[in-house]
Amino acid sequence: MSDLLLILATTILVNNFILVHFLGLCPFMGVSGKLETAMGMGLATTFVLTLASAVSYSVNTWILVPLGIEYLRLIVFILIIAGIVQFTELFVRKTSPLLHQVLGIFLPLITTNCAVLGVALLSIRENTGLLNATVYGFGAALGFTLVLILFSAMRERIDQADVPTPFKGAAVAMVSAGFMSLAFMGFGGIT
Amino acid sequence: MAHNFVTGIFVVTAIALLIGVVLGYAASWFTSDNESLSAQIDRLLPQTQCAQCGYPGCRPYADAIANNEADINQCPPGGEAGVAALADLLGRPVIALDPDYGEVKPPLLALIREDECIGCTLCIKACPVDAIVGAAKLMHTVIADQCTGCELCLPPCPVDCIDLIVIADTDQPA
Repeated sequence: MSDLLLILATTILVNNFILVHFLGLCPFMGVSGKLETAMGMGLATTFVLTLASAVSYSVNTWILVPLGIEYLRLIVFILIIAGIVQFTELFVRKTSPLLHQVLGIFLPLITTNCAVLGVALLSIRENTGLLNATVYGFGAALGFTLVLILFSAMRERIDQADVPTPFKGAAVAMVSAGFMSLAFMGFGGIT
Repeated sequence: MAHNFVTGIFVVTAIALLIGVVLGYAASWFTSDNESLSAQIDRLLPQTQCAQCGYPGCRPYADAIANNEADINQCPPGGEAGVAALADLLGRPVIALDPDYGEVKPPLLALIREDECIGCTLCIKACPVDAIVGAAKLMHTVIADQCTGCELCLPPCPVDCIDLIVIADTDQPA
């Protein structure tokens, strides 16, 4: 149990995928403009990440390794992730057409979110056991969602602030993302 | 190695097939009934795009009915027959048209008194079905086949040169 908690804490804070591994920066910058969108995107990514981590771990352990075709891991994982994302899109469109409209192109783009593939690959390197891999994926997703929500809340405030003209828009977002990353580096001292 | 290569092809194909089948089933499970429902409702609406129902056009009104956001008695051009058709489709009781959304009129056709037209193009922009042709500072005219008689071109006309005439034959969709 403490093992799982440790994995969670590590993936959410210490090894946060966005701010420490610098994976998944595209949705991080792209959908963080509004808090509501960020929450929706966080939820969708959480679903995809957790599922992708669990499924790709199982496929790797019980299909690819026994057959000696680990070298196809990358292709198979991309296939699995694309499938799960498609599934999520169908699900979101059914349950919340509004969220589907708001997320727009970023929903199918979860496929190319390198955080998802990164988590799938890293969880194989770092984990033993399906449960650990699932928790690892879930933790990574929570970390992703946390940072996305924090950052979008911050950007909503920045929009109101009097930013010097050359820094307006993406520039100030990049700078504040850098500061956030610095702040999260501080968690590195915990472990 | 050759054996390994063949296994790889097999496994990837099998996984792809499996995902395809799951997605195929998921697609049919998750297809929203509302989509097809609003399309069915849309077919019953008169397609005047007159916006009297309070929605920008017939399809948005159909979506609203499908999502239970609007009642079925907000479409004056459809008339009582339209309400009856909608009630039949949705299994609801037939109700009277809501007079708040306008009254039932016979099928109308807009006609521009062409010698008075100053070519301001305002009615062209107002027309929801693009049934008015013309260019700036040139006379405009109405394509009779396309006109739905929605009256939306009347208010913008600065010289009030558009008349609505009643069409003799009433074979318009109810």
